[in-house]
Formats: sequence, C-alpha cells, structure tokens
Amino acid sequence: MLSRVARRVYWMARYIERAENTARLVNTYHFLLLDLPRGTRVGWDILPVITGGYNQFSERYQRHDERNTVKFLLADSNNPSSLINSIAFARENCRTSREVLPGHAWEQLNELKLYADAHITDALPRRGRFEILTEIIHRCQQLTGLLAGTMTHDHGYDFIRIGRNLERSDMSTRVVDVGALSLQGADDSSGLDVHVWTSMLKALNAYQMYRKDVQIGVHCSDVVSFLLQNDYYPRSVAHCLDQVEECLGDLPLHKDTLAPLREVRRRVNRLKPGKLNANSLHAEVDRLQVGFSDIHKKIRETWFD
Amino acid sequence: MSIDWKKYDPGECYDEIISTPGYARAAARNLTSWLRGLSEEDLQARKVDAELAIIDKGVTFTVYSDGENIDRAWPFDIIPRVIPIREWRRVEAGLKQRLQALNLFINDLYHDRKIIRDKVIPKTLIEKSKGFRKECVGITPPHKVWANICGSDLVRDNDGTIYVLEDNLRVPSGVSYMIENREVTKRVLPELFENNTILPVDDYPDRLLEMLQSISRSRRAEPEVVVLTPGIYNSAYFEHAFLARTMGAELVEGADLMVDKDDCVYMKTIQGPARVDVIYRRIDDLFLDPEVFNPDSALGVPGLMRAWRKGKVALANAPGCGVADDKVVYSYVPDIIRYYLDEDPLLPNVPTYRCNDKKQREHVMANLETMVVKPANESGGYGMLVGPQSTATEREEFRRLISRNPRNYIGQPALTLSTAPALCEGTLEPRHLDLRPFILQGRDTHVTAGGLTRVAMKRGSLVVNSSQGGGSKDTWVVDNESG
Repeated sequence: MLSRVARRVYWMARYIERAENTARLVNTYHFLLLDLPRGTRVGWDILPVITGGYNQFSERYQRHDERNTVKFLLADSNNPSSLINSIAFARENCRTSREVLPGHAWEQLNELKLYADAHITDALPRRGRFEILTEIIHRCQQLTGLLAGTMTHDHGYDFIRIGRNLERSDMSTRVVDVGALSLQGADDSSGLDVHVWTSMLKALNAYQMYRKDVQIGVHCSDVVSFLLQNDYYPRSVAHCLDQVEECLGDLPLHKDTLAPLREVRRRVNRLKPGKLNANSLHAEVDRLQVGFSDIHKKIRETWFD
Repeated sequence: MSIDWKKYDPGECYDEIISTPGYARAAARNLTSWLRGLSEEDLQARKVDAELAIIDKGVTFTVYSDGENIDRAWPFDIIPRVIPIREWRRVEAGLKQRLQALNLFINDLYHDRKIIRDKVIPKTLIEKSKGFRKECVGITPPHKVWANICGSDLVRDNDGTIYVLEDNLRVPSGVSYMIENREVTKRVLPELFENNTILPVDDYPDRLLEMLQSISRSRRAEPEVVVLTPGIYNSAYFEHAFLARTMGAELVEGADLMVDKDDCVYMKTIQGPARVDVIYRRIDDLFLDPEVFNPDSALGVPGLMRAWRKGKVALANAPGCGVADDKVVYSYVPDIIRYYLDEDPLLPNVPTYRCNDKKQREHVMANLETMVVKPANESGGYGMLVGPQSTATEREEFRRLISRNPRNYIGQPALTLSTAPALCEGTLEPRHLDLRPFILQGRDTHVTAGGLTRVAMKRGSLVVNSSQGGGSKDTWVVDNESG
C-alpha cells in the first residue's frame, strides 16, 4: 500500500470522526447551558479552549458569546478544525484515495459536504441547530458503518480504524476536560456537578451505557473512570487505545509504534479518578493528549513520511 | 413503429453501415436487420439503460469549467460502428508498419541522424521541433522503441479511403472508454453478440501490462509496473485509475516516487521503499523531472531522468518521443516508412502542404476556404482553422499567423468525414465520426481490435471532442468471413 494512500485514508477517518464529535459537543453544550442556574460562570468560550483553538478564536472574535463560539466551531472556514472544514478535508482525502475505498463512500461523503455547506448557517441560531447537527451526526455514523460493512478489512481499513479511534479518544479526553473546567472553583454542595457530568456523558452518547454499568448516581469519579478507563464502551479512551493497538499489530514495520501507545495505555490504567480534583484532572488530561500526539507522530514517521 | 432504413439517408457522405438507402453493408447486415425488429420505444429504453449503466459504473470524463473540475458522465451512442475484418486486417498492418517506422525514426534522430544526412528530411525541422529533447541524445531505450503506446486518429473520406489524420505519441488517451463502451453495449444489446462474431477488446490491459513488462531492464520475473498520474485534477484521471486497476498496478503520483543514491526509483509504501522497474507515465515530458525540465513542476520526480538515462527504470513513452508527434513531421511519414522499412506505406496520409515550403505555402494561402490549417505542435484541436466553416476575418488572421511562423503550420484539404447512424431524438440520423485505434510496441507490436470511435452528435458537425458535444460509439470488428 502506498504511504500517501495510507495517510489519506487515516486523515479521512479522523476528519469524519472529528466532524461528528464537534457536532455532538455543540449539541450537548447547548443543553447543558439550558440546565445551569443563572449566573453560573461557565460560558460558551470553554469550547474553543478545549478544541485547542482558543487563541485563534479570541484574536478574531471580540465577543465570546454563544453566537460567535458556535460560528467559530461550526461554520468558520478560517478555523482549521471547524465542522465544515473537517467535512471538507475528509471529502478531499476521500476524493484522492477513491481507488481503495468502496464507491459509495465517496458518494456519501460528497453528499454530506453538500448538505453541510447548504445548511450550516441555519445551525447557528438555536432554532434549527439540533436538527441539522443531528442529521450530520447520523450521516457521519452512516459513513463509518458503510466502511465497516463494505470495505475489505485490509491495511487500508487498519489505517481508517487507527485514525478514527485516535480521534475518538482525543475527543473523549476533551469532553472530560470540559467537565473539569466547568467545575473549577465550584462549590461541591451546589449540585452543579451532576448536571455537568450528565451532559458530558450525553455528549459522547454514553449516558445510557453508563447507567447500565454504574447503578448509583452520576459522580465525577465514576464518569471519569467510565470515559477514560472502561474496556468495553467504544468511546472510552481505554477501549479506543486497545483498538489502535490491535490495528498497529496488523501492519508491517509496526514495532516502534507500540511503545508510545502502551505508555499512554499504562497512564490510563494508573489513573485514580477518585483522588483527582478539577485541577489535577485537567493536568492529567493534558498529559494524555500529549501522549496521543506522540502516537500520531510515530505513525507518521513509520508509514506516511 | 420500427426503423425504416430506407428513410436513413447519408447523402454525399460515405456511411459505415449503409451503402445506399435501404441497403446495409455486408458486415453490418445482422445489426441493421436486428435493429429493424425493435420498436422505437424499445430502442429508447435501451438508450436509457445505457445511460444508467454509465452512471452506475462511474464512467466519467473531467471538464474544466467555471473554475472547477466537473466529472461528467461519458457521452455514448448505443448504435455500434461496424468494421469488416478484412478491411481491419489491412488497417492493422498499416498501423504496425507506421509505428515501427516512427520508432526507428525517433531512435535515429537521437543517434546518428542518418535520415538527415541522407537529406530525406531537413535538419532545421528537427532543431526547431518543440518535442525534441537534447537530454535524450545517445540514449537507447529497450528494443530501441521510444513510443510504446500510440493512438492514431483515422478518418474516412467520401470515396471510402481510410487516412491517418495524426499520430498521438505523447500521452494518448481514450482506451479505457473503448473498453467501457463495449461493456455497456454487452449489457444493453446482449442479443447482438449471439449472432455476430465480434472481436473482443477487453484484453487491452493484459496486452499493455505485457508490453510494459517487456521493456523492464530488471531481471525480476515480475517487474514492478506503476502508472504515474498528474492526479485527480487531470482530465484523463478516470483512465489512469482504470488502467492501474485493470493491470493490477499501483497508481502513483510524483510525490509517491523517489530516486535514491543508487539512481533506482522507489515508491513509498507502508512496507518501506519498493523498487519500481517500469513507469507508464501519463505526465508530459516537461513535468517529468524538475531537475532537468520545468523546475517548478510539482508533478514529477526529481532525478527521474538520471534514473532513466542510466537504465535503472523504463519510461513509457520514452521522454523525447514527442519529436515525431508533430504535424510537419507527420507529412514526412510516408517517406520515413520508405526510408527505414523499404516498403510502401499501407495506410495513406491526408495530403499535407507544409507552410515552410514557399510553393506549398502559396497553395495553402490561396485555398484557405477549402483547407484545414493546423499548428504543428498542438493537440486536442486547438488553434486550428477549418476553412469551409471559417469567416473572412479568421482567414485573414491565419494568413498573418502563417507568414509570421511558417514552420509551425500545415494545410490539408478539408475531408468529408464518413458517417454512421446515431440515435438522435428517437430516430437514427447520420453523424460524422473518426476512429482512434491504439498501437502497442515493446518486444512485440499489437493493435487494438477497432478502437475508440468518436462521433459528432450535432447534425453536420465535424467536432468529435467530448468536451465540445462529441459522443462515442462501441466499435465492432466483425468477422463475417469465417464459418
């Protein structure tokens, strides 16, 4: 398999996943804010912070209100990780590697881009946002399913799974980070944390699965443990990393790539969510993200360069 | 209502299917009588089937319009064009003869230039040719063959003579559509294949691979062959992907390849660098290697010419072979065939007047209204004057162009291209067409059975280019002689 093609399908999968996650995040954050008591300090501008674009956001937007944040995250063509850019990049990577993908993948991704370009401005005001973002989420999931169900599970598919799972674990840590940042300095007795962590679970479609797994209420340490350490929930960091490890093992010349992966995996295992406060949780999440980026670098060096 | 062949009238033109109204040519009789049995609705339904098949299979060509590249469905007319096998065998022999002579000619130009010393063609002609590459002097590609893949355009005039209109030796395209046209016809007119012996065309990818492997310099039993494409924005990208897929070869872009210190070419794969033996390049000479040619080329591979010159990799077609893809050189092809092969040409050229010769130029200037004037080095029908359809201002413009740069122009009498029935708004009407067969030369020489027929879908039009409203037809070489 050509390195270029491997790189392109890997990034295609990452961008599809990123688009889906961005849509989810905006969708749930909206509901969280509706639930929070008036006067709570949490604002919309947490989202650019956790998606890593805060500097760019604050340079270009004076008011850090809902409208500007949502515009930045969804429709801003100058923001490299905005939803419409993620979809456009996914499409471009697919377009240039069509010969290894099932034909319908290209058609659906192309339709997704046309849909997003036509409707994204309607998703900026609250009215209409939920419906459009949900449609985008469904279409992303459809693509993921189409690839799983119709593409030969060869090396190309390994790169797709690696890209998807790295992006997914990255997003799960970012969601945990939103939770941590929202509660920084909050009074434990406020009861705020239940709302925040429920929203975070919903952002990852994890609420029901969490409930099945953890019968007692929603507590910070249980949620963090579920999202980072659960072996079976497909969006938990531990599960995603195991998927990545399985795929890496399939590929030629994979020896050097396993070390950074196992390092992060051990760090996840060692976490003791019960002993973390908002600040130390934020620091922990930071270290995990550095680890993901090390895994990516090794993959790039080994197969793409 | 069904087709009434008596109402189909090609007029003055030679028609490929009908000799006089109501009478089909021998090889086409099965076709015409079968079509007569179809109702108009049935015929229309099959046309729709063909359109759907083309969309399903994703047969597209790319046009550049409004600043964007658009993939369009390949235009196709369901009525096949028929060529009797006896006639085809003659054309086939003529095409082989032509390409063999052209390859001897190119090899001579880059070595001893005997043909110039013997004054068969003038020295200035080569020195001013845009396709001549001084970087190729002294190189001998495998089997002394420079143009491994050639697409020659054939046309038939009023009197039934088939002429060679031009030889495309650089990166000729269209062969994938020849194969897809046959696939579609098999789907929508399957009954016809039962009663006719039609030579198959889908062996082309195997023949191409065989030829490409035959020019490999490596000792490997299965040389690594790749197809080098400029990328998805190229108008022929569909074909590049098609040929790579059907040959089981990697489709690579310039950035996928690198030339290492050992001067060998490697492609970057997830297993590490993999040695490449033969490159079927679909990139123009000047973009092949930024170290030697256009330094701004991002499409090429730095060091590729070095690797080729040292014999570490084979390139098809060889760089520099475009020197023979020149309208003025074309006019000498009959002499070239006589000079190298000591044979008479089996296929005639269209009579051609060279504007660098004073007498011939005067003839062209005096007869612009009945001539076609072409620049020597353009392809795709650009920069041409079609005399019978031109305005006085256009002719005046060409008079100026010719006197300014006579070497760059040739004139040919405008031919009346032959016609074949095409399905136009429910009825069959005569439409003008040409034919592009593909000739392969490596260790052996091979010609496709038929080729790509392009047809002008507008009444009376001679423009067959798909970007300008042209269509295409399946082309049948019919064996109506054996048992």
